[in-house]
Amino acid sequence: MNAAPRDFRDEELLADVIARLIGDVRHVAVGNASPIPATAALLARERNGNGRPYVSLLQSRKHNFFTDGARELFDCAGQGRIDVFFLSGGQIDGEGNVNLVSVGDYEQPTVRFPGSFGSAYLYYVVPRVILFRTEHSRRTLVPKVDFVSAAGSSEGNVYRPGGPVALVTNRCLFSFADGHFTLASVHPGHTVEEVIENTGFDFERPATVPETPAPTAETLRLMREVVAPQLAEVYPQFAAQVFGVGEAAFAR
Amino acid sequence: MAKSLDEALSCIGDGCELIVPREVSGVPMAATRALIRRGVKKLHLVALPTSSLQADLLIGAGCVATLETSAVSLGEFGPAPRFGDAIRSGAITMKDATCPALHAGLQAAEKGVPFMPLRGLIGSDVLKYRDDWKVIDSPFADDDPIVLLPAIRPDVALMHAPMADRFGNVWIGRQRELAMMAHAAEKTVVTVEKMHDGDLLDNPVLAAGTLPGFYVEAIAIAERGAWPLPLPDYYGADAEHLALYAKMAATAEGFAEYMDKYVYERRAA
Repeated sequence: MNAAPRDFRDEELLADVIARLIGDVRHVAVGNASPIPATAALLARERNGNGRPYVSLLQSRKHNFFTDGARELFDCAGQGRIDVFFLSGGQIDGEGNVNLVSVGDYEQPTVRFPGSFGSAYLYYVVPRVILFRTEHSRRTLVPKVDFVSAAGSSEGNVYRPGGPVALVTNRCLFSFADGHFTLASVHPGHTVEEVIENTGFDFERPATVPETPAPTAETLRLMREVVAPQLAEVYPQFAAQVFGVGEAAFAR
Repeated sequence: MAKSLDEALSCIGDGCELIVPREVSGVPMAATRALIRRGVKKLHLVALPTSSLQADLLIGAGCVATLETSAVSLGEFGPAPRFGDAIRSGAITMKDATCPALHAGLQAAEKGVPFMPLRGLIGSDVLKYRDDWKVIDSPFADDDPIVLLPAIRPDVALMHAPMADRFGNVWIGRQRELAMMAHAAEKTVVTVEKMHDGDLLDNPVLAAGTLPGFYVEAIAIAERGAWPLPLPDYYGADAEHLALYAKMAATAEGFAEYMDKYVYERRAA
């Protein structure tokens, strides 16, 4: 294990990884309960320095361009006007199926998650969907999800311009293509063996797996000084815990 | 003119199909507490498209028979405990949806047409467990399956907004989904922070964000009526209170204590 001292937090590394995955696009939308993707999207915009991509944080008042109600995002996505979206899951399986509903039998579940949100639609129509699940374990990354909130791929005749391109966890980055995941890089301090041990589904991997690059000093500065204060409006607890922004409000 | 809160809510009876907005669009929390105090039962609650404290409170208080929504959670404050408990125990019937399906169902009702098509969904278990949703081949293409969603036409839409005028017009600002709810529902009941002097439709800037009075059945004044949830552009969420709720509602006993203190106590209205 790598015992070198680190000057960044896990959340900062993951946001940096996701910001690179976002790429050169026009409009990124971030849904509910997604503080790390929100950090990444704002970081991607700040790095470009030209106000692009547009970043819509759906629960934000300030970072929100929609003026025609909550449906406008989905109507935009249906037309191809949203380039990148993020989904998580209580369970994610090796075919890229996402479960946001429950564990066990649907009628009598042992665990109930909040629900599918917009996943059953956005996963199909947004070209680049980035999956993220910080907890990388056999509990979350499973051979087969108990409930398919949104399917990783579709039959050939189903209208499907969108789908998953990657999965980011606290241990590694997987890419997704042709219906399966490939290990793309392992984060500093983690190992390929550990990823195999903690992943419930099969995945491809190259002979040599690179280490995920650590965030640069400039990236950390942008996140901490420019992005964090903007996050506090939507994710006050996250901004306080990760970046120490607005801590006074949560001092107890 | 404005009625008392209880008068305004009188059209919401047992078994009502009631539509309410998502947690950041002006949730009528004072009205929700009043409905719970009145002991409303067997609601078919439609939350557009998600809910947080409001659905959790109504479910925990035993007011809900059927819940139709895309997600219930307390967001940063964790899972919605009474919702999770009710699902696991089978106390409510759940109609799991996805956000745009609810919007599309309401758009159908707005137009007075029986259904609306929507992309996505095919191959999901969300579709599998909704026997009221159908898949057809698009009549405008060869071999293009597409989902049809029936119109959602609630009995009553209930919402909280910044202000209303004496003609029954309600200013909703940029929260356009409130207009959609009102267009789709048979009746609309609104609580507002305050009454506006004059006619909201006289001013073109205000008129663009105004729900015309002909949709509106009743209006009541409820200052800070969304508390502890936010009223967008007016006040934020009471994070400390939501954290307290998440903690107390984690157990049935704690939830009962919360209800006694913050719902049944008159001053909490």
